[in-house]
Amino acid sequence: MRVVTLKINDQEMSGREDEDILHVAREHGIEIPTLCQLDGISEWGGCRLCLVEIEGSAKLSAACVTKVSEGMVVNTESERLSGYRKTIVEMLFTEGNHICSVCVSNNNCELQDMSSDLKIDHISLPYRYPARTVDASHDLFIFDANRCILCTRCVRVCDQVEGAHTWDIAGRGIQSQLISDLHQPWGESDSCTSCGKCVEACPTGALFEKGKAAGEMVKDPKFLVYLADMKAEKS
Amino acid sequence: MIDRKITQQISSAEDLAKVAAEQLEWQAQYQHRVFVCMGTACQSVQSGAVLAALQTEIKNKGRENECLVSPGGCQGNCASAPLVSVPEQDLLYQTVQPADVEEIVDALAGKPVSRLLCDNKGDFFSKQNRVVTNHRGLLNPESIEDYIAAGGFRALLKALAEFSPDNVVQELQKSGLRGRGGAGYPTGLKWSTVAKARAEQKYVICNADEGDPGAFMNRSVLEDYPFRVLEGMAIAAYAVGASKGYVYVRAEYPLAVERVTKAIRSAEKHGLLGNKIGSMSLDFHVEIRLGAGAFVCGEETALISSIEGGKGLPCPRPPYPAESGLWGMPTLINNVETFANVVPIITNGAEWYATIGTPRSKGTKTFALSGRIINTGLVEVPLGTSLRQMIFDIGGGVPDGHKFKAVQTGGPAGGCIPEEHLDATIDYETLMELGSFMGSGGMIVMDDSSCMVDVAKFFMQFCAAESCGKCVPCRVGTAHMHDMLDRITKGEGTMEELGQLESLCDVVKFTSLCGLGQGAPNPVLSTLRFFKSEYLAHIVEHTCPAGVCAPIGQDIRRPTCALSP
Amino acid sequence: MSTTEVKALPKLATVWLDGCSGCHMSLLDMDHRLLTLLEKVDLVYSPLVDQKHFPDDVDITLVEGAVSSESDLEKILMVRRHTKILVSLGDCAVTANVPSLRNPLGVNAILERVSNGGLPKQPDTVPLLCAHARPVHTVVKVDLYVPGCPPSADTIHTVLTELLAEKTPDLHGITRFGL
Ligand SMILES: Cc1cc2nc3c(=O)[nH]c(=O)nc-3n(C[C@H](O)[C@H](O)[C@H](O)COP(=O)(O)O)c2cc1C
Ligand code: SF4
Ligand code: SF4
Ligand code: SF4
Ligand code: SF4
Ligand code: SF4
Ligand code: FES
Ligand code: FES
Repeated sequence: MRVVTLKINDQEMSGREDEDILHVAREHGIEIPTLCQLDGISEWGGCRLCLVEIEGSAKLSAACVTKVSEGMVVNTESERLSGYRKTIVEMLFTEGNHICSVCVSNNNCELQDMSSDLKIDHISLPYRYPARTVDASHDLFIFDANRCILCTRCVRVCDQVEGAHTWDIAGRGIQSQLISDLHQPWGESDSCTSCGKCVEACPTGALFEKGKAAGEMVKDPKFLVYLADMKAEKS
Repeated sequence: MIDRKITQQISSAEDLAKVAAEQLEWQAQYQHRVFVCMGTACQSVQSGAVLAALQTEIKNKGRENECLVSPGGCQGNCASAPLVSVPEQDLLYQTVQPADVEEIVDALAGKPVSRLLCDNKGDFFSKQNRVVTNHRGLLNPESIEDYIAAGGFRALLKALAEFSPDNVVQELQKSGLRGRGGAGYPTGLKWSTVAKARAEQKYVICNADEGDPGAFMNRSVLEDYPFRVLEGMAIAAYAVGASKGYVYVRAEYPLAVERVTKAIRSAEKHGLLGNKIGSMSLDFHVEIRLGAGAFVCGEETALISSIEGGKGLPCPRPPYPAESGLWGMPTLINNVETFANVVPIITNGAEWYATIGTPRSKGTKTFALSGRIINTGLVEVPLGTSLRQMIFDIGGGVPDGHKFKAVQTGGPAGGCIPEEHLDATIDYETLMELGSFMGSGGMIVMDDSSCMVDVAKFFMQFCAAESCGKCVPCRVGTAHMHDMLDRITKGEGTMEELGQLESLCDVVKFTSLCGLGQGAPNPVLSTLRFFKSEYLAHIVEHTCPAGVCAPIGQDIRRPTCALSP
Repeated sequence: MSTTEVKALPKLATVWLDGCSGCHMSLLDMDHRLLTLLEKVDLVYSPLVDQKHFPDDVDITLVEGAVSSESDLEKILMVRRHTKILVSLGDCAVTANVPSLRNPLGVNAILERVSNGGLPKQPDTVPLLCAHARPVHTVVKVDLYVPGCPPSADTIHTVLTELLAEKTPDLHGITRFGL
């Protein structure tokens, strides 16, 4: 694989040409905000938080799905980008019903962290207050749709790592929702092996273990990278 | 008898010429020919019954050997359906009923049936320039024999025999043809990228998803010219080195589906699709795939995912389909009309094609004219035609003494162009400068009875409903923008919210993953650009100047109670 | 008029809308720092002090709670009219937080549940509920947002000292939603 040199935020660096901007930046200590991206599963490109500016291109590019190339000049921070990121995170807060103070993931939530990182101190877009449900039919876990940001990390991990494909998104647009199997209660799912990977992968308090009270759900999806590496070695 | 069926394989240009000559000879036996439009619009008002009645009438009169009645294609002025043409008299009859056929048959050699006459000499017809729809409905869409007699498949066999694949690409590049699916990407350039890609297998896909509200150009071209589209695809396959093709049509187009399916079968039967086409090196198999009608499935990456059996969700580009498309292989994807343009280009040459249109937008474009206009329907004009010519000459202007207000082009990603820009020409760049878009060819005329905020709301509702939901800005942003527009039309909007709406437009336009979200704010942006006063009237004065949101002069606010949020 | 110019202390008010009073508790958690603060500011109105009328010209008002009822609505409109710097204090004021849990369900469903089926004759008994419990800034202009449930005493202290020093407090990293 060829190695290319590029510039990110005025910093010269090199990366393999099959790597994306996000990873090359990370390797060099530059953090780009992400929500739908998770190491160990495929890229999705849906949250749009990782958008960066590439010199010579009028369009913004999602760093998690854009490969680096020779001579590329990337900018990951600007007033415009942080404005866009703020609005996108605001959109997520208005789309569901996020009441952090009573959430199992309070203080352990990537969306909440993102709001803080982006200095969001209130939501200026109107809240939508959708009527959403909580599925507590599973023996071990609970799915609270109010906190789901439709990042599909659970969908991908369940499909690509566990091989069960219990989760999927049904409906479209603002009506999109996460469903298990053919839209039956999670507890009645034939495909779910109760492995818990989706719970670990979920960036928010939408998926959590039963019995956890507010603020008690702590997740660590890093094991996925280990699994992915093992898999790669095997094949 | 309405048509003649050949059985032989066509394995050379000579074979083709022979079949054509025989078919022409067969047609020439008939003194009179009558075409009954069997397009979707005409069929929906029983043109099938008219066709049957004509055939019976001719038989009853014992004139089967002198009169030939054939199913024909769309005349463009579908509002006058069912339409019957008598080409040798240069007549077009409109709103024909089965009861009228006796008179029509009796009039074949004599005086026309004046009460049914449609003015086919007027501006609507004479100011068009038909390249893609050049048979003007006078071609039996289901007959490969008639297509061959009209010169069909000559371009394909000519390309195979006289051009290298490279030459075909060069010819396309020289023609200046640009994609008719919306964005106007240079077709030759796209072909050359796919041609250069190295892979075991490449694909050609015809995008016939056509989901813009009110658009039916692609449907009509597929219904009337299924063979021409397939021929264009085969030429493309030769040029880029593909052996497999798909026509992706929405299932709501049953007639197009039927005609394309039959056309594929019939072309295969005669050796014009399949292995060793025309006994030459090209193998090209075409299959049809039905879309379930999601607008986003017209987006190329979503379409590809749908063909692969996945959900129709767009994927980030790059990689473009030309590098990695269907099943990860280099894939050429073009619009129906783009493929339909290939045949005339190869037949008449790139130089000829390049004489039509403007320096940067070559050729013609079909449009579906609709809305507040006298002549609605399908029209084809050279690019560079002015909006004024289109709307006032061809379209006949606005009816009922109303005043023209705006024309919307480009579908849900397009914009509204006001009176003061009516002299602008219809070409990719000019429309873009005006904040609109060529799109696939929808053209909706609005008059003083249209409220521009309401229009923007309509398109936003469409985009919100059609958003696939994959990316946050489009999924949530379109819903918010729709709600904001809705509040404005109800007099509940504020200036602050208008500012918020504008900034959402910016976010959604620049951060959405695919063209649907990126284009969704355009109707709002363009109405804000040209009709801001209407927004202000709703917000500040709580009135709707067009009288749509409430009767003119009345308050648009609903009586509210203090309880409402 | 006295001969020595005594500069009047800035006026501080706190109001309590639909909240649990936790934010006010947090304010009190400032303990002795509160006393130092009160030397620099005049607490003119608060659930914590006995004062019936909201003064005309308050410099800083801290608002706890969401706008949930007709009476909240009236109150906040009045407060806004008489306040220079309006601060949304705590998640209930900033996001509507816990009170907004009812929003997706609708007023009737809530009333039916809490009154066991029979709807209470509302106006006579309790203030009419608005259709949604709403963040303060969706009703009136807010000048500073202090998220947190509740914002810590330290945060509130920072807010007040900065505001009194006529600076805009930078709360980034100090407090956030939920906290
Ligand atoms: C939301 C969306 C819908 C689209 N729908 C269509 C369509 O119905 N037909 C079409 O040909 N192109 C459509 N396109 C454009 C295609 O993605 C693609 O650019 C086009 O098929 C390329 O063909 P062309 O180069 O011949 O124009 C759509 C694009 C977007 C973003
Ligand atoms: S999921 Fe995260 S953002 Fe949502 S309520 Fe829980 S902590 Fe807050
Ligand atoms: S617990 Fe495992 S199998 Fe079950 S849904 Fe989650 S990831 Fe899939
Ligand atoms: S449940 Fe969690 S991981 Fe799954 S889509 Fe929702 S937020 Fe993402
Ligand atoms: S822009 Fe809209 S349609 Fe396109 S991927 Fe995003 S959500 Fe789907
Ligand atoms: S923000 Fe928290 S502490 Fe403050 S009033 Fe609301 S619920 Fe109580
Ligand atoms: S992290 Fe790149 S789009 Fe979500
Ligand atoms: S369908 Fe018959 S004229 Fe258009």
